Amino acid sequence: MTDILLKVRHVSVDFPLQKDIVHAVRDVSFDLRRGETLCVVGESGSGKSVTARAVMQLVAEPGRIVAGQVHLAGPDGDTDIVALGNRGAAIRAIRGRRIAMIFQEPMTSLSPVHTIGQQIIEMIRLHEKIDKADARRRAAQLLDRVRIPDPEAALDRYAFEFSGGMRQRAMIAMALSCNPEILIADEPTTALDVTTQAEILALIRGLQQERGMAVLFITHDMGVVAQIADRVLVMYQGRMIEEAGVFDLFAKPREAYTRALLGSVLKLESPGPRPVRPQTEQAVMAISDLCLHFPLGQRARAGGSVKAVDGVSLTINTGETVGIVGESGSGKTTLGRTLLRIYPPTSGQVTYTRDDGSKVDIATLSKTQMKALYGEVRMVFQDPHASLNPRMTIARIIAEPLRINTALSDREIRDRVGQLLERVGMPTDIGDRYPHAFSGGQRQRIAIARAIALRPRLIVADEPTSALDVSLRHQVLDLMRDLQTDYGLSYLFISHDIAVVRYFCDRVAVMKNGRIVEIGDVAQICEHPGHPYTKALIGAVPRPDPTLRPDVQIRVQA
Amino acid sequence: MTAPVPPSDGADLLDRQTAAGSLHAAGQWALIWHKFRRHKVAYASLILVGLIYLVALFAEALAPSDPGKFDPRYTFAPPQAISLFAPDGAGGTRFVPHVTGFDITLDQQSFRRVFVPDPDQIIPIGLFVRGDPYRMWGLFDTDLHLIGPLDPGQPMFLLGADRLGRDLLSRIIHGTRVSMSIGLVGVGLSLFIGMVLGGVSGYYGGLTDRAIQRVIEFIRSIPTIPLWLGLAAAMPKEWPPLQVYFAILVILSLVGWTEIARVVRGRFLSLRTEDFVIAARLDGVSEYRLIMTHMMPSLYSHIIAAITLAIPNMILAETALSFLGLGLQPPIVSWGVLLQDTQNLRAITQAPWLFAPGVVVVVAVLALNFLGDGLRDAADPYEK
Amino acid sequence: MLRYIVQRLLGMIPAMFAISLLTFVIIQLPPGDFASTYAAQLAETGVTVDDAAMQALRDRYGLGDGLMVQYAKWVGGILRGDFGISFEWNQPVNQLIWQRMGMTALISVMTLLVMWIISLPIGIYSAVFKYSVTDYIASVLGFLGMATPNFLVAIVLLYISSMWFGVSVGGLLSPDYVKAPLSWGKLVDFLSHAWIPVFVLGTSGTAALIRVMRANLLDELHKPYVETARAKGLSETRLILRYPVRVAINPFISTVGWVLPALISGELIVSTVLNLPTAGPLLLQALKSQDMYLAGALILLSGGLVLIGTLVSDVLLALSDPRIRLS
Repeated sequence: MTDILLKVRHVSVDFPLQKDIVHAVRDVSFDLRRGETLCVVGESGSGKSVTARAVMQLVAEPGRIVAGQVHLAGPDGDTDIVALGNRGAAIRAIRGRRIAMIFQEPMTSLSPVHTIGQQIIEMIRLHEKIDKADARRRAAQLLDRVRIPDPEAALDRYAFEFSGGMRQRAMIAMALSCNPEILIADEPTTALDVTTQAEILALIRGLQQERGMAVLFITHDMGVVAQIADRVLVMYQGRMIEEAGVFDLFAKPREAYTRALLGSVLKLESPGPRPVRPQTEQAVMAISDLCLHFPLGQRARAGGSVKAVDGVSLTINTGETVGIVGESGSGKTTLGRTLLRIYPPTSGQVTYTRDDGSKVDIATLSKTQMKALYGEVRMVFQDPHASLNPRMTIARIIAEPLRINTALSDREIRDRVGQLLERVGMPTDIGDRYPHAFSGGQRQRIAIARAIALRPRLIVADEPTSALDVSLRHQVLDLMRDLQTDYGLSYLFISHDIAVVRYFCDRVAVMKNGRIVEIGDVAQICEHPGHPYTKALIGAVPRPDPTLRPDVQIRVQA
Repeated sequence: MTAPVPPSDGADLLDRQTAAGSLHAAGQWALIWHKFRRHKVAYASLILVGLIYLVALFAEALAPSDPGKFDPRYTFAPPQAISLFAPDGAGGTRFVPHVTGFDITLDQQSFRRVFVPDPDQIIPIGLFVRGDPYRMWGLFDTDLHLIGPLDPGQPMFLLGADRLGRDLLSRIIHGTRVSMSIGLVGVGLSLFIGMVLGGVSGYYGGLTDRAIQRVIEFIRSIPTIPLWLGLAAAMPKEWPPLQVYFAILVILSLVGWTEIARVVRGRFLSLRTEDFVIAARLDGVSEYRLIMTHMMPSLYSHIIAAITLAIPNMILAETALSFLGLGLQPPIVSWGVLLQDTQNLRAITQAPWLFAPGVVVVVAVLALNFLGDGLRDAADPYEK
Repeated sequence: MLRYIVQRLLGMIPAMFAISLLTFVIIQLPPGDFASTYAAQLAETGVTVDDAAMQALRDRYGLGDGLMVQYAKWVGGILRGDFGISFEWNQPVNQLIWQRMGMTALISVMTLLVMWIISLPIGIYSAVFKYSVTDYIASVLGFLGMATPNFLVAIVLLYISSMWFGVSVGGLLSPDYVKAPLSWGKLVDFLSHAWIPVFVLGTSGTAALIRVMRANLLDELHKPYVETARAKGLSETRLILRYPVRVAINPFISTVGWVLPALISGELIVSTVLNLPTAGPLLLQALKSQDMYLAGALILLSGGLVLIGTLVSDVLLALSDPRIRLS
């Protein structure tokens, strides 16, 4: 019996569109061996997900596999999955039974109107002749194996009653219910928080070793690759760029693209160059015991509320970058928005020191008084697709704050917009274009141009890099740092990504459940976290260095 | 230990630009038009709807005769076909656009007039002929008609005549003005109510929103026809036709605004929390400017689509009310008023062309629905 | 679940109140009070009413009092089952409406069920085989159905049957069966008549429902959970019926909220054209002669019918969708 389970040969997938054809996957070949984890890594649009779907004949309409073979080894010789077509009993006997798949969105990948149990039992009984009670027993065992508490009861619950991590566990239990030989995981942890991601990765790893499955793991995250891959396939614009063992790839990337990709990842692995801090700090904003409670719909009358921000105190000094790091639901975004009075705070003070040294409390300002501050305190949003009005030209978007807050003439405004575009590294002649003509990274530069148009003193940056591909992140961060040096800006930098925070911030505050659990110098928090939660958070971040893997470390110690 | 990697060589490889083609400087209307044009049926419907409104605009000139002109001799006269050539008397043919006249006899048993086309009676017709006088748009008097018999005294019924011998085609053309304008003006009124209430509801949210939503839900849950009938029946019978016309408009709009309000509210609610709206607010713009320049442009296309889809409902509602005799009353001519004649089974068995206004209603409503559908699909060119 | 139903029932109270208020306004709209109209009506037929009887009538409906009192007396009467008097029929409204309202309800519910049974499979087929020939035909017929006023369909049907078959359709029972007791024969006779109004009423609604089902299902067909089901190895037919259809049917159920009012509206016109013994012709006649207590009762009950229908659909929806049931 050969060791190679799956032989993918020269597979190409096309998506015929209105006028032209998108070649999503072009001539991809690779092998998948029993018991190994092959990571397919690439940025958005690289064709990695389509490749994974092609293996199971799951390419979505109107896409079609136009060339190549996918040989699945079996006791009676190879089967070419491409030749089986995407319907019919032959391919259905392979799906779920021999090759199973888990998906990116645990929120929507399970049916909202069927219980977890119904969905797992259906899968078992589809492929095996087994009665309902036995199937249910097996389903409960599976849920127990993926560490879902009280599996019997969980079988009768619906997906929307579980958290994201629990749903992904249930999804894994379902995928494994027929003991598949191959598990395809399409970015299974991308939508999860980093601590949950670590748990799910460990679970997949453990199950793989236990069962000797082959895993085809699709991801965009080099850290995840380093943590779980045996071999790596790098894809770019539908093509295979490079295939190598994980240690070789990280140590000696052959292709320029791989080197560039790894370079931009590794750049974020160490603190970036920071302006030197002065001897005496001058606070630009001092937050003291800030609270924001949202009343809870039905329980509002009973006094129930969500404490989104719960007693936060924090000082931001002139020219300093303070990071706020936390998982989803920690209240970090709400905190940032409360500082600009997008949400009115429930209690506490936000003392802002104006340019002339006078102090105001943003928490109690009236709307008109607040307007005077909008030029000094600005915001950069996470998703540059959402934060630029698609119906306005670039020039109008950037000019809007100038038009409202200054007495500049139209001509002066036009000149100023040109200067701003130049300053953020964009061509100056794009003013008459609309946002849809630009890529994510370029749009974020435009959004930054709007933010600095009025020479602000403090910018609240809410995850400004997390909607961007990793290769663009440090470019945007470097731009923001240059602006900081030029203008003496201060940043409140909100992020879920420790690497980005370490690269860009002077100090960092760790938030959980609306509170700051730990605050301090970036280097100190990242290297020697004090609070158990910070330790767990930082320990869970997958480092883009395969030699730091737990299993490798154990081997080295032995 | 990490292997040294040369710092980002090939950074240009990474910062790819998305291909935007020739539309990179195209505003929303250009994109919407681009998307709309791909919808062939909707595009054709746009042309048809345009033509129908042109007919409504130039009704007097397009109609061959006065819609009220009656002639008992031609009760239920059948439609006449247009022929271009007639025998010239010398065995050949000559070019004479004409319709043929009738031999009219009275059936002694049923007392019905029987019309037999008589090929010898040639009624020459022409374009831009003199006919019944009228006052165009209340501005100037003229008697020019696009098409008609050269001799105004002679009969020409291209779609047949009704019970009183009135020309159905002329009546339909004049009905087009009334029915299509009821749709347009009624929707205008609905739009006003819907925009104000929907906008307030979506922009302020909270308790105001809940109260307005309850009202909308309630109005949508009552069967409309009984309500309309109830209101229409309460109109004093001595009201003049024009007053009835406006009363009907108001009655239809009282119910018709809810759909527009729903669309406006939905858009406002989602827009309110859009990042680009928050960004504009943080730019320091006033509430008025925020709504007018940052939010409204995202709404126009959706509103136009909602309006287009509301017009056919107005037309159908007017038709139903008038059909039941509780809407517009003669001498006002609308499609619904014309369809009243079809209630008489004897009349339609004798003169099936009385269904013609029904066909016109279906075509107009169909075209407006297709158009609205296409507009709605194209309304947001930025969605993925 | 029980709590949910109770909540819905309580939620109906303000709606019912609003309907009664609206109906009362409609009753009040025509000029002159009802007692003098009544007296005038009787005087025309040569009957004179003595002042004492008139006064009793005025007191009973509070005609001399303020609007609030009149409303209270009217609603109070309805709660006791007294809908007032129809001066045209010279009978208590009560005796006129129930059988006809029942027929209206019966026809509407029958039509609703037929519409569902027809539109569900066609909608599913149209969505799954988007842009197929069947989808195009269904779309064209759908748009045609929505564009054609249903009274026109009724008249064309009348015309065709009298021209080509020489029979006149109309009514809900053959004359022989009208007074006959319930029997299989009567049921068959009823159905042989009832299909016509059901067909006429159902055309436009069915067309709309096909489009609703098609759009709902198209939204669901590309959701990740469908891909999950496909990756399990389910056959296309089974997975589509079991997953996306199961989800898309929920908004479909809630269409009752607007389909039922439209049906009752349409029933009114169609039954007038087809001369059916339902509430429609009675209401129309009442409105034309400004017999406002009768008209008011019928409008009120139509509203009530819709509320009950909406309640039933809410309960069905909760049964079908755990997200509603459990939240």
